Amino acid sequence: MRLTAHQQEMLDGKYGETKAKVMKTLVMYGETFGAEDMVAVTSEYNHLVTSFGLKVMSPVYDLMQRLVDDGVASEQKFSMDPRPLDKNVPASFLQNFVFNKFMYTKQDTYEKQLEKLGLMNKDAFTCTCYMDEVGNKPKMGDILSWSESSAVVYANSVLGARCNRNSGIMDIMGSIAGYVPNFGLLTDEGRRATWIIKVETTKKPDAQLLGSAIGMKVMEDVPYVYGLNQYLGSELDDAACTYLKDFGAATASNGAVGLYHIHDLTPEAKLHGEKLIAEGAPVYVIDDAELQRVKDSYPVIWKNPDATPKLCFMGCPHMSLEQLKSWTDKVEAGLKAAGNKEVVIPTVFTAAPAVLAEFERTEYAARLKKCGVITSYICPLMYMNNPLCKTMPVITSSNKLRTYTSAKYLSDDEILVTITKGGK
Amino acid sequence: MRKFKGRIITPGTAKATAVVTHGGFNTLASMQMGLQFGDKQVKCSDQSNPEIYKLPLAGSALCLPQTIGSTTGGLVLYCACAMERQPACMLFSKSIDSLAAAGSILASVWLDGIKMPVIDNLGDEFLEYVKNGMTVTVEEDGTVVVE
Repeated sequence: MRLTAHQQEMLDGKYGETKAKVMKTLVMYGETFGAEDMVAVTSEYNHLVTSFGLKVMSPVYDLMQRLVDDGVASEQKFSMDPRPLDKNVPASFLQNFVFNKFMYTKQDTYEKQLEKLGLMNKDAFTCTCYMDEVGNKPKMGDILSWSESSAVVYANSVLGARCNRNSGIMDIMGSIAGYVPNFGLLTDEGRRATWIIKVETTKKPDAQLLGSAIGMKVMEDVPYVYGLNQYLGSELDDAACTYLKDFGAATASNGAVGLYHIHDLTPEAKLHGEKLIAEGAPVYVIDDAELQRVKDSYPVIWKNPDATPKLCFMGCPHMSLEQLKSWTDKVEAGLKAAGNKEVVIPTVFTAAPAVLAEFERTEYAARLKKCGVITSYICPLMYMNNPLCKTMPVITSSNKLRTYTSAKYLSDDEILVTITKGGK
Repeated sequence: MRKFKGRIITPGTAKATAVVTHGGFNTLASMQMGLQFGDKQVKCSDQSNPEIYKLPLAGSALCLPQTIGSTTGGLVLYCACAMERQPACMLFSKSIDSLAAAGSILASVWLDGIKMPVIDNLGDEFLEYVKNGMTVTVEEDGTVVVE
């Protein structure tokens, strides 16, 4: 790899042994993928995935402490993935014991480390840092050192920024050095579509299900999607961005997609059109039957697959303001139709602290509360990532949450009926 | 017995029993539960991957196309290495992905004395030939012997 004089000095130890190790890590990372040089990180902020003080992650905190002790703080401030705990979210005595005394014992210590390393502010904990209310929204063409699969795929696809699917820890290495190796999704060639997807459903497909189908088919390749603009339009308004947030998260968790192009909608597809498609790209047609096949393939690992749900999580990734508002309308209408006053299953909607604060300023907040829905800033995945939750029947319309936990996937329509009317 | 030759990502030698997934290996879904709750064998906890669900990953020769899913994947691998509960080796039929590469490189640069040889580009034939329970040997030059 060709390094500039400054990069070479860093690698040679002029700025200390720890920074040299940071640069060595980045050079090895780049060389693995054939990077010929490094490029400067240009976004205002970074985003890191490791927000949780899990005891098992002690080696990560040891490494972070080494960075703090050696004074190699990040050149950029950063946002983080969501916090794992919130007392507003229903939990049993045993769950609270396991969370506080066994699992997340490093949370306070870790958050102090993050402040020293460059945390944006004390509420900068969300997987949807790109929301306007949060303020970490890169510009088209910005070079990022982000992690968090759902945020990376959104930044690349919807915002037109450039970022590889970096792992946790590797994210902050790029921020400390100020450079990232130039390969993959940072390059024009790496952003070309290597799959053509034709959406031929009879109605607007469920975002999470469609993303899951595409992720499982294309793995880490770049898909160019036809047929969605008939449902989403040709402008990236709030509703389209919300749909693409959930769609992208599913492509990235059920596969490893870091970038997608939506014909006549996402910025690079609008700019370059079909020229983005590589020669010989295979075609994957998705119709109603294919989506049903994918949904039927999801395992239900509840002890009793027909159990009545005890909890419903919405918001993995975190909900947008538009989503909180539209779901308030839907829940109200659902309850009215079912003749109920409050949701019949404990239901938690999760969103970024800044989005929740904005939501609280609208008249929708009181209406949603009246429906019995709890709002929270936590990460549902972290809440559920323990053996106690395996015996707890939780439902969700998040494919990401389903993938990583024992939660059962229901479509948005099914969720609405289940929480407002009841059922299994 | 067959031999396959790949590219060395992190060097070393190993001999272990094969655990084989033909679909992408979701590192977070597969390993974190075992690491968190004291399972020394780190049995695979990914409900979406029936091929290897509940099979022990620690000390195995993990044979896979690529890893998928959460970008915590690399740091989960890093933690597994720090806790000495990592696979004995990771053998990729395709080119390694960015998350697995990060995990193995971080372990190699930041941890002392940890060895987890990682070889990629072994080819589709490798993944067609190797089966759960076979013995896999990784040699210093990146040759992988399956028997």
